[in-house]
Amino acid sequence: MSAPAPEVALPAVAARTRAQRASGPGERVIELGLAACSAVSIVVTVGIVLVLVFEAAEFFRAVPLTKFFGDTEWTPLFKDNQHFGIWPLVMGTLVTSAIAMAVALPFGLLAAIYLSEYAAPRTRRMLKPALELLAGVPTIVYGYFALTVLTPFLQQFIPGLAGGNMLSPGIVMGILIIPMVSSLAEDAIYAVPDSLREGALGLGAGKLPTILRVVVPSAWSGIAAAMTLAVSRAIGETMIVAIAAGNQAKFTTDPREPAETMTAYIVNISKGDIPNGTLEYRTIFAVGLVLFAMTLTMNLITYRLSRRLRAQSRA
Amino acid sequence: MKPGPPPIDISGRREGVWFERGFVWVCRVAIVLPLVTLVWLLGGVIARGLGRIDLGFLLDAPSQLDATTGGIWPALMGSLWLIVITAAVSLPVGVGAALYLEEYGKRTRLGTVVEIAIANLAGVPSIIYGMLGLGLFVRWMALGETVIAGALTLALLVLPVVIMSSREALRTVKDSLREAALGLGATRWQTTRHVVLPMAIPGILTGAILAISRAIGETAPLVVVGAVAFILYAPDGLDAEYTALPMQIFQWTSNPRREFLTNAAAGIVVLMFTLFLLNSIAILLRNRFQKRMY
Amino acid sequence: MTLPSPPPTTEPAMKIRVSGLKAWFGTHEVLKGIDLPIPAREVTAIIGPSGCGKSTFIRCLNRMHELVTGARSEGQVLLDDTDVYAPEVDPVLLRRRVGMVFQKPNPFPSMSIRENVLAGLRLTKRMGGRKPAEVCEKALRQAALWDEVKDKLDKPGTSLSGGQQQRLCIARTLAVDPEVVLMDEPCSALDPIATARIEDLLHDLRRDYTIIIVTHNLQQATRVSNRTGFFLQGELVEFDLTDKIFTSPQDRRTEDYITGKFG
Repeated sequence: MSAPAPEVALPAVAARTRAQRASGPGERVIELGLAACSAVSIVVTVGIVLVLVFEAAEFFRAVPLTKFFGDTEWTPLFKDNQHFGIWPLVMGTLVTSAIAMAVALPFGLLAAIYLSEYAAPRTRRMLKPALELLAGVPTIVYGYFALTVLTPFLQQFIPGLAGGNMLSPGIVMGILIIPMVSSLAEDAIYAVPDSLREGALGLGAGKLPTILRVVVPSAWSGIAAAMTLAVSRAIGETMIVAIAAGNQAKFTTDPREPAETMTAYIVNISKGDIPNGTLEYRTIFAVGLVLFAMTLTMNLITYRLSRRLRAQSRA
Repeated sequence: MKPGPPPIDISGRREGVWFERGFVWVCRVAIVLPLVTLVWLLGGVIARGLGRIDLGFLLDAPSQLDATTGGIWPALMGSLWLIVITAAVSLPVGVGAALYLEEYGKRTRLGTVVEIAIANLAGVPSIIYGMLGLGLFVRWMALGETVIAGALTLALLVLPVVIMSSREALRTVKDSLREAALGLGATRWQTTRHVVLPMAIPGILTGAILAISRAIGETAPLVVVGAVAFILYAPDGLDAEYTALPMQIFQWTSNPRREFLTNAAAGIVVLMFTLFLLNSIAILLRNRFQKRMY
Repeated sequence: MTLPSPPPTTEPAMKIRVSGLKAWFGTHEVLKGIDLPIPAREVTAIIGPSGCGKSTFIRCLNRMHELVTGARSEGQVLLDDTDVYAPEVDPVLLRRRVGMVFQKPNPFPSMSIRENVLAGLRLTKRMGGRKPAEVCEKALRQAALWDEVKDKLDKPGTSLSGGQQQRLCIARTLAVDPEVVLMDEPCSALDPIATARIEDLLHDLRRDYTIIIVTHNLQQATRVSNRTGFFLQGELVEFDLTDKIFTSPQDRRTEDYITGKFG
């Protein structure tokens, strides 16, 4: 796309350069101003990386990477038995995210299939915005719901479910993510050309086999992008787990137990009164850097997948 | 002649019909169940919190000791301060960026890099923005744990949302209008200012309201940049200490004394009502906008 | 290129009888009452200018027309004396007897060549005791594609050239063992060489199948079909043996069309 465009073919561009010449420096100033506005996004991106890396570097000067990644205990606030092993927090994040995905993926995918292939246009016009409402509820409200409603409710059926546990916030996080999965998956399913549906129906296949074995597999890269984006969202989700997951950095995969996610740890340190500049305080930047790296990886995969989807639908 | 099996009876029964019916029902449940949960959530909050809301709840400072008195005045005013500053910062910058990307910078190198940056920023967890705010505004710019630091952090957080929705709005303006204006000898900025922007304003405003709703409900970044959980006064300036409605709800929710949960529920009712109002305005705006297009 | 075999002296058995067929898109009537008998084991060509309703016509024969939102139809289509529009008929089962090849090749991108050929049987759970390898080879041989793809059956179907993709789609259609094959301008997206291969194929296929082909290309109709129907503005103007249509048309409009006066 960087090849020089032929002047003749683009009258709009030609008109623009002429207009700029006629209008003096004012136009140029405005364009520069707008360019500066858009450059803020770059500054923010760079800023995030710099802040995290610089502060985390201070932390890693005191705590070597081998201790950070080679220990399964996380007790930075203990006076005499300090451990800086990130794994309990990573595990808390992974388990809650996995539960969220186990909810959001089937629900979101089924909703997408129903809305795009089965629902009457009227039903679709009603259900789609209703589903979007789920994504508009602030996470603090979901956290309250997980702690005060869902956990007591689940405790009736699940013996040994702690008051703060990974299951309840995981489920609620999943509900929050359903609209994201369903709307992205629906876009992907919608982008599958009708000629493929006709091809399968023309062979005498029923509607459901056509959807499940032709349409959905053809929409695969878009659906995968929806998944990775949802995972990234779940990993970064904060308030629901900070309120309802129990805030104990345990290295466990049992969803009935309390745990602490990376995000919840950052919140808990931030709201407390640990003085700035101490090693304990700097842990949040090390944790934040790991968190950022994880979400960035998922986002990059998403970006790749959706580019592939766009290339496919163009072909 | 083709020897073959006897022809299929096309009036007969086909495999998988029941399975498909079952599947469609499962799909319906998959849509309705989350909605039921939402009703459960809202119903529960209203049942618990609505009775707690009175004038005193809205206009009083919170009480640490007694859950049945006190209110959300400092939190309400804190949220208002935050929102006004957030909007005042993020809207001009966001719309400016969108204008650059749509009207000036298509195919420039800056445009391409900004595209990638925005795509990435939209996926960064909100708590990371909090850490940026902490490092950049609170510490490096030494603004401290003040309203302005919190608002600037929220402004950066909603910036991608503002940019993306403004771009959508700008894209609905037909190129033929731009060409017509340019053809009359208008400069690029005159065209943008007098032709493109007026047509895109309703769409931009809709997006702006949605971005602000996002900012109102955010908690995590505020915790990190030092919004205080308990404060008795509304902020009186950009450099004041502050709390916000979701912060207050967070404080009540995590209070070990269960009776404060009623206050949390009441706070949630106020928060949800505000969001409901804002979204209704956004929908009204959008409907009016869409009508004008036809 | 060989000419179509001379028509038998006695009237052949009819596979499909269409009577009073009307079709709409919304309020727009695209077929205005078509009566047409289609003989078994022959190639019947449908010709006519764009928008004359020829594609809609064949899509009514296997009830694909009704899949488009706002589309409906009326009238009778008998397949071996069963009305395919009778309320108890399942259009999905109908399409297993009346298969279809589309204008643009549409192999399933998520499947290999082999899986594409077997897709019809697998999607309809009719593999039964059949050996996948045998079914696959037979269908690909019928579609004259076997020699070109036998070494790369596990490659994606979309990796083939346009002409090969279309023959793959024909193989896919033949693999489900239909009695009638509808072809909606199957060569319009192909180059002349690929077109010639498909036309050769039609000569072989008409021994076993009743074929109805919609085509834009008049030469193609003369090369491949036994009979030709000429459609104009939703009506069947003339239907007869292909030789007769192209040498001594009865209707003035047919003559104008085939001599290139409009179209």
